[in-house]
Order: sequence, then C-alpha cells, then structure tokens
Amino acid sequence: MGELSRLAVLGAGHVGPVIARLAIRAGYPVDIATSGDPEDIALITELIIPGARPRWASDAVADAGIVVLAIPLHRFGNIDPARLDGKLVVDAMNYWPASDGVLEAFEGRGSSEVVARRLAGSAVVKAFNHIGYHELEDRARPAGAPDRRAAGVAGDDPAAVATIADLADRIGYDPVRLESLRAGRVLQPGGPVFGVVLTRPDFELAVREEQRQRSLV
Amino acid sequence: MTYTFGLDTFGDRNSDADGKPLSHAQTIRNVVEEGVFAEQAGVDFFGIGEHHTDYFPMPAGDVVLAAIAARTERIRLGSAVTVLSSDDPVRVFQRYSTLNAVSGGRAEVILGRGSSIESFPLFGYDLADYEELFEEKAELFAELLKGGRVTWEGKTRPPLLNQDVVPHLESGPLPVWIGVGGNPQSVIRAARLGFSLALAIIGGPPARFAPYSQLFRQALEKFGRPPLPVLVHSPGHVAATDEQAKAEFWPRWLEIIALISEERGFALPTEESFERETGPHGALYVGSPESVAQKIATNLRALDATRFDLKYGMPGLTHDQLMTNIELYGRQVIPRVRELLS
Repeated sequence: MGELSRLAVLGAGHVGPVIARLAIRAGYPVDIATSGDPEDIALITELIIPGARPRWASDAVADAGIVVLAIPLHRFGNIDPARLDGKLVVDAMNYWPASDGVLEAFEGRGSSEVVARRLAGSAVVKAFNHIGYHELEDRARPAGAPDRRAAGVAGDDPAAVATIADLADRIGYDPVRLESLRAGRVLQPGGPVFGVVLTRPDFELAVREEQRQRSLV
Repeated sequence: MTYTFGLDTFGDRNSDADGKPLSHAQTIRNVVEEGVFAEQAGVDFFGIGEHHTDYFPMPAGDVVLAAIAARTERIRLGSAVTVLSSDDPVRVFQRYSTLNAVSGGRAEVILGRGSSIESFPLFGYDLADYEELFEEKAELFAELLKGGRVTWEGKTRPPLLNQDVVPHLESGPLPVWIGVGGNPQSVIRAARLGFSLALAIIGGPPARFAPYSQLFRQALEKFGRPPLPVLVHSPGHVAATDEQAKAEFWPRWLEIIALISEERGFALPTEESFERETGPHGALYVGSPESVAQKIATNLRALDATRFDLKYGMPGLTHDQLMTNIELYGRQVIPRVRELLS
C-alpha cells in the first residue's frame, strides 16, 4: 500500500472544510485554498481544519494528486482549466438553481458533464455533492458498520472512479460506482438520493428505480 | 454568566382546530398576540424572520414587531433574519431605528439569508450575486450603525455623500448579529464587522459548531475587537410530553419539508431522520419542557453561547398549540435551563 494522494480542496465555505477534515482523519495529506491569500484562511484552517495547510490555489493544485472542487458553481468559470490538466478532479459542486440562481450553461444538463467538458485535460469524478455538508461528517462510519451509508461516485474514467471510490470508502462511506458522468445525473438536485443519506441497498434501489422510470419515458 | 432566551417565528401560517388554514391576516394578528404573550411568559427576545411565501406570509416583520412593542415593556424585539442582500441597508437601518424609537430601545437586527430565497426574484436580484451583495451591504450597515453622517460608495446601491440618515439612534448602535449556517468565512466576516454571531443550526449535531465559537472569539481578537456574544437559533416545539410534541410537530414538519423539497429538489426526510434530529444529538428541540431544557443547556455549554432562540411553530399548527408552546417555554424551559447552567 503506497502513500495516499495529496488532496487540494478548493473552497473553504460550507463543504470544503468538511471534506478536508474527513480526508485528514482518513490519513490523506490535505491542502486547502480559496481564490485569495492563504493568510485569509489561516485562522479557519487552524481551528476548523487542523492538520490541513492553507495555500495559494495554484500551489495546492500543483502538488495534489486529487483536486476537490468545493466552490459555488457560479465561480467555476474563474478556474483556469490549464492548471488542472492531468489532474484527477472531484466535482462536489451542484447546479441548484432554486438555491443559487439560474446559470444558463448548466440548464437541462448534467452539471459535472459541463464541468468535464471545460476541464478537458482532467479526469472528472462526481462525488460528495449529494450528502448535505451538515451530515457528511456525522454519518461517516468505518467499513462494515451496520449503519454505514452510501456515497455515489460517478465518472467516465474507471481508474479515476476507483481512486475516488477508495477515498469515499476511507472517509466512511460505501462507494456506489456509476459508470459515467451522465449516469451521475441521479446524484443531482431533484434526483432520488440528493439530500438523503441512504444505506447501500437503499441507495442502489433508489438509483435503479430512477433509471427504470427514465427508460419508460 | 447571563443567559438570555428568545423565540423566533417566520409567521408560519396557522390552521384552525379542523386543519383549515387561517388567512395570512389572521396569522399575522396571532403573531402579535404570541409576541405579547411571550413577554408575559418570561421570554427575553421575540424575533420575526423575513419570508415571502404562502406558508410564511411575513415580509414586513418590523411592522408586526412595532405592534408588539406598543403592547409590551420589556421584551426585546428583532428580525430573525433580515435578508439584507435583497434589501437596502439604509431602509433596514431606518426601519429598525424606528422600531428602536417606538419600543424605547428594544430593537435588534439579525442579518443573513436564512433559508429564504424568494426575495431575490421578487426584488430583482440574482441569487448568484448573494455573497457580493451581502458583503457590501453588511459593510454599509456597519457604517450606518456608528451614527453620524455617512459617506459611502459601492456597486449595489447609489452612493451616499455626507448623508444624515434618520432617525438617529438614542443610545448607541443596536445589537446586530450575523446569522451563519456553517460557512466559516461568514464567522470571520461577522468578527471583522464587529457583529455578534448567530449560529443557525437546523440539521445535524449542534456540537459540531463548537469550533465556530472559538473561531469567532479568536477572529474578534485578531481584529482588535472586544468580545461579543454567540447565539444559537434552532427549530422546535414544546408540549406537555415528548410524545405529544413529536405527534404535533412531525406531520407539520414533513408537510413543509415536502413543499420545500419539491421547490428545491431534495429528497424527503424519513421518520428515522426525524428521530435523530429530535434526539439528544440532533438539531430539533421537540419535546417536553424537561427534554428541551436539557438539550438547550447542553448545547449552550458545548457551543460556549449565552443566548438561545427557539424557532417555534410550523405551518399548520394551531394558534392554541403555539400559545401552549410559548407558555411552556417561558414558564418552564427557561427557568429550568437557567437552573441547569447555574
């Protein structure tokens, strides 16, 4: 077993610190960055995400094996795709117009597919978007725990999906792999598992039911 | 340590005993009665949250608070929350400095977003601009609170040049809080602007917010500001027994979450999740006076907070059920929490 990849968590709002904390607890080295000066999040990092390093986004990304996007989706356009070339990128963002406003580029599409099209040089995996930030930490359980919950992991690159499924497992969730970003649309707002935290059998049932209904229309 | 205890409402639309919804107007008149009764029951603060929906018909809480002010003497009155991003900070200042005048210095303001999103399209704002709007408007609001003439320029409203904004505050700034739902950068902002911290905890284990209080205290120090209090706001319902409180609250809660989940696309809560949230480690304070008091005391201690505001009511509960909740909260829960914390 080699060393775990370094994570660069981009975003220190609701979601980023929670994913960072879980990853640190699982043994991953973690850098956290916003669009600004790392000094601005030094205190947050020290008290809320002990063990992480606050860094400039470009430095954090350059050193990372896994980059986690935990920024508001409307700021995604500010990210330079070239910086993420060759990286494994976890898209934990959501297109949630009822909560964050309408973004034309994301209307009627799978949000991670839009993200992946722009990050053409990266392997994009959709994960950790469907569990609320207030529950993600509380619901994490060690492997084999009877009340362990499922986390969906969707992507077009099977090796990247395997890496993030392993990450999900290590931070406390039973990974449920979905074979493409398109299939990962079931994880989006309005989908059957968004905002509920289900065990693997219930999760798989909810996903299958959704796929069955879609194939009927 | 001095602890204070409040009640918040969103103007949750009442039903009559047969389950038939009351009018918006009758619901608002009931809120006035509830605010007046809260003072009689021994509650320290009564807050009204801004909402613009059929089930929370409460866009002008300051008007309702003024009516309560006219019939009370001691209870403090404020917003919970004011959606500042879609409002004009000058107007908010004027409305609450007017309330402060009417009430003889009892007004407070909690700024934030709440879970409210309806005001953005209503007033022509884009939700995607939320952060920028809030940041700039909160800074202007902090300027206005200082008193004296204001000179200000920004992107979100016309500039102010040496402007006298009336009515003047009689005795210094109003207590102002920023409502935070889990974003640590909002905690830093509250400290930077010199506003107190209102932790809105509506799901998950409250204890996870403990580092936020610590972050707030250290950030205040870093910005060279004096210590400021931390408030916890959470939903709940108090009835004679745990069973009765849950039986009254659960169907109404499920109903409203179902409505909101349809608007926003998240899945429905299960009875299991309700049991978690109403249990000792959840965010809902639903139960007998003793259960609710124990939970409040535990979490005030864990979060190093000195004020607790219970968001009481749910659309579809009756005015009588709310009055009982207020009575039990004021006469039993609050004294019991004070005893537990002393």
